[in-house]
Amino acid sequence: MITRFAQPARFFALADRIAPWLWGLVVIGLGVGLVWGLVIVEPDYQQGETVRIMYIHVPSAWMAMFVYASMAVASFVALVWRHPLAEIAAVASAPIGAAFTFCSLVTGSLWGKPMWGTYWEWDGRMTSVLILFFIYMAYMALVHAFEDPAQGRRIASIFALVGALILPVIKFSVDWWNTLHQASSVFRMDGPTIEASLLWPLLVMGITFQLLYFALLILRMRSEMAAVRLRSARLSLMRRSQTAEAVAS
Amino acid sequence: MAYSRKSQRLLFISVGLGLAVIAVIFMALAFSSTAAFFKTPSELQQETAADGQRYRLGGLVETGTVVKQGTQTDFSVTDCEASLLVRTNVILPDLFREGQGVVAEGQLDAQGVFVADKVLAKHDENYMPKDVADKLKEQGVWQGGGGC
Repeated sequence: MITRFAQPARFFALADRIAPWLWGLVVIGLGVGLVWGLVIVEPDYQQGETVRIMYIHVPSAWMAMFVYASMAVASFVALVWRHPLAEIAAVASAPIGAAFTFCSLVTGSLWGKPMWGTYWEWDGRMTSVLILFFIYMAYMALVHAFEDPAQGRRIASIFALVGALILPVIKFSVDWWNTLHQASSVFRMDGPTIEASLLWPLLVMGITFQLLYFALLILRMRSEMAAVRLRSARLSLMRRSQTAEAVAS
Repeated sequence: MAYSRKSQRLLFISVGLGLAVIAVIFMALAFSSTAAFFKTPSELQQETAADGQRYRLGGLVETGTVVKQGTQTDFSVTDCEASLLVRTNVILPDLFREGQGVVAEGQLDAQGVFVADKVLAKHDENYMPKDVADKLKEQGVWQGGGGC
């Protein structure tokens, strides 16, 4: 089943059928989630209206980590089984993940000023997420740093795997070290510490961001695939004209 | 026994990643004291503070200790074992309240008072609307922000 859809032509045929539904759900999810979280939800007992930033910040932070985890898995598959789609999925994910990470850093900073009294502090959580952002940047630079794109993608895959070690550090930074950032509110052993009426819209936004990633991923994979094809077409054209010149002279 | 190139790569990468994970765990453990954002009052009391050494002190604002005199605010920070008097002249953040988490940055003076030039409020992981918080307090099952 998996190998059947891992074939590029079949994968893109399936992806093209799913994509419109994904975009539809993203539009509905954003509509519902944003109105619910930014307008309807009652203000928090301590933070007041500022709590609404959470509905962008937390899903962005989740996606920052989820996208990187997917990238690492795709890189692993690409390295072990040399699957072209996996490599393309990893390369296509990077800018999406970097954008989510940037979004969580900015919204967190804007929340931090009124709540903590500072835009930025070098605590374990903030610093490790900033490092994740730099890892995304370095990965994207590395992919394009080689004359042979296939080599660039392979070296970037190794880098992506090593970089995945930042994920447990981010997740557990708030438990290992004392930090300014609060501990986990949703994914914790004893259940969420966010009251249900505040939690539901957060889950809607979380699922919507997840679907948004998949929708963007399909789009980005298509263009990455097209770029690979374009390059090989150019190369073969160049070779043909070179042999023609050689024959003519 | 001959391995295919695929399973060789699988083995090589898995072992490499496993070793890297162990390295990170060791690093995290080794850094646990230096990567901490703040020190608790009991940790700070054990330190032999060099002159002018800056610290971040973290803990709860002890209930009933906040005294305001003009622009100066005095309060005690506690970790439920030890507490330390903090004196500051800065504007306090909105979330600064008795029984709430706080991080103060500054240094100890000769009298053992922690003079802070920066005070940050710490937010906990509890989120709820105001009426739910009021109801919990009414029913006496309030858990958050109670201090020690």
